[in-house]
Amino acid sequence: MSVMAHATAAQSGAGEATAKRGGWTPYWLLLPGLLWLVVFFIVPTVQLFTVSLQSQFPDYPGYYYRDVNVGNYATAFSQFLGHFGRSLFFAGLATIFGFLLGYPLAYAMAFKAGKWRNVMMICVIAPFFTSFILRTIAWRQILADEGPVVSTLKFLHVMPENGRITETAIAVVAGLTYNFLPFMVLPIYASLERADPRLIEAGGDLYANGFTTFRTVTLPLSMPGVLAGTLLTFIPAAGDYVNAELLGSDISTKMVGNVIESQFFKVPGGFPTAASLSFTLMALILVLVMVYVRRFGTEELV
Amino acid sequence: MSPTPRFAPRDPQVQSLVRTAQAGMASRRRFLSLAGLGVSGAALAACAPPLPPAGGKAALKLPKDVSSTDKTVKWANWTAYLDYDEDAKNYPTLEAFIKDTGIAATYSEDIEDNDTYFSKIAPQLRAGQDIDRDIFTLTDWMASRVIQAQLCQPLELIRMPNAANLLEPLKDVSFDPGRNYSLTWQSGFAGIGYNKAKVGRELKSIDDLWAEDLKGKVVALTEFRDTAALIMQNQGVDITGNFTKDQIGKAFDEVSKRIADQNIRRMRGNSYLEDLKSGNAIAGIVWSGDLFILRTETEDENWEFVIPESGGTLWSDNMMVPITSTHRRNAQTLMNYYYQPDVAAQVAAWVNYVCPVQGAQEELAKTDPDLAQSPFIFPTAEYIKEKNIQSFRALTPQEDQDYSAMWAKVVGN
Repeated sequence: MSVMAHATAAQSGAGEATAKRGGWTPYWLLLPGLLWLVVFFIVPTVQLFTVSLQSQFPDYPGYYYRDVNVGNYATAFSQFLGHFGRSLFFAGLATIFGFLLGYPLAYAMAFKAGKWRNVMMICVIAPFFTSFILRTIAWRQILADEGPVVSTLKFLHVMPENGRITETAIAVVAGLTYNFLPFMVLPIYASLERADPRLIEAGGDLYANGFTTFRTVTLPLSMPGVLAGTLLTFIPAAGDYVNAELLGSDISTKMVGNVIESQFFKVPGGFPTAASLSFTLMALILVLVMVYVRRFGTEELV
Repeated sequence: MSPTPRFAPRDPQVQSLVRTAQAGMASRRRFLSLAGLGVSGAALAACAPPLPPAGGKAALKLPKDVSSTDKTVKWANWTAYLDYDEDAKNYPTLEAFIKDTGIAATYSEDIEDNDTYFSKIAPQLRAGQDIDRDIFTLTDWMASRVIQAQLCQPLELIRMPNAANLLEPLKDVSFDPGRNYSLTWQSGFAGIGYNKAKVGRELKSIDDLWAEDLKGKVVALTEFRDTAALIMQNQGVDITGNFTKDQIGKAFDEVSKRIADQNIRRMRGNSYLEDLKSGNAIAGIVWSGDLFILRTETEDENWEFVIPESGGTLWSDNMMVPITSTHRRNAQTLMNYYYQPDVAAQVAAWVNYVCPVQGAQEELAKTDPDLAQSPFIFPTAEYIKEKNIQSFRALTPQEDQDYSAMWAKVVGN
């Protein structure tokens, strides 16, 4: 107690000195991060925003001038509404499937794996050792018409003789789910692993059956992980274009990412449309995430 | 009552640090929002259209050539476009070149389609950055864009005596008269490719591709100058003439319909070969040489290439030196090497594309007399006429932009 009092007295005595000395230190510590943010986030975002408002130069195809052409947003949104819808729908499905697959996996890793925990951990992380695109291309081979999956399904007569998996929405959602699964598993695992097992035991002591304990104790304890996992899956999945490009078809499964890619890279002078699409997507996701976090959020977002 | 932080620091010194950091955060937010306002204000101020871009060409400034000291050359090309030895895992003609000249040549199959590749490198070239390639190989219409935008270096023809072996009709192309900037790598046809055994009959016209039993088993090329051109020919439009927006639009509609009806499984760039190999597709609109390579790779003689009854298209891919390359001389040495008739014959025998080198036919006749008669490698003028093989006319920049935007919709973007 006396030590505490002493420290407090010393502190109040040296108060002004500390304030002076420490005045700039936090800023210096923040500087690298701030610079990073400015160079790689603020500047490109502002630049993208100005591009999204550009107008086409009359009679000079491919040339644009600075303008405040809000019409870009209107055309982008009205023309590609379907793509926005698909992006959010596919990403939503991938998040739900990711959760349904990921939660039991994380649960098993946290509580049931024992000495196998590290092995399971490596199995979850190992896919990251190869490129995302290569893994998706591999899925194209696995799901090909003469590949193992389709042949088996056809043999079992689950699938019609002329059926296919690649170039369908099923393949795109499966690809998204697969590619973002680790982002779902790891945060859930982290929060389950931190959960106090005595609380779960207490559930049993209070005569709750297994399901009630899970519903009222385990799940709420893991909510921060679930929230982080769903966000880490949904946000990148909504902006993804690789899965739709490699596993999807031409019209019915294209997502916003594909339009942005094509407007940027394939349509001469498509930059303003692409930029306004990017911005609309960003805004849309921001709103959705805010609503989601408000609704289910905790302050303990991992 | 305000919510208590989870780790309320007890140490007053830490507390004061936390407070300072929090204050900093607030001011950072304020700063950022102000900065954002400032920039968008500048954007608002600039509403009136500026002067149009100036015409005429700027004087070209070439980078210093280091070919004599740095003996390397890097070549970007398309898939299945250079003779390849499956066993040795190398390119025999390129190996011979390295041995002869001591120039370490590297070859990469970078190009999936013209648009994607060009959009990737153009910003770098415009900014004067090295793209780590000394030769790239692009199709006529894209070569035209590259030359007009001054993104490639002029060639020193005097150092490339073999370039004179270029076929006469290719010497004076509209986009590069006299071939000062580009040299043809290969030419080829777009037409129908299919697996005779799997399809079970012969395919002769574009309409044959839309047969009920081929539904979902057909691929088509992503560039409209291939796919839509063939369909336009099928609809009786002259693709070399002044066709109208309605005429090309009609062909685009046909493609849309075929995609919607799931006749066409997928539009692809050069990667359509993967679909044919995996069995996802057994027929499609393809490039001539690829199908012969597919025969070798899959050891299946049933892959056939035919020019549709309504006609096919002829295009060329052209080697050019990027404006920022510092190995132009090495690149020229390489181009010159591939214009030796015997080397060209060796390449032609493997790639099965139209060989642009005079004298190669005689060289090939020495080793493979049958192949030397192949109309897909050495087409005669009569063959081209009889089969109605045409080149897609050059589009004006405005048409190019309009049709590209229309086409993007067709393929779902």
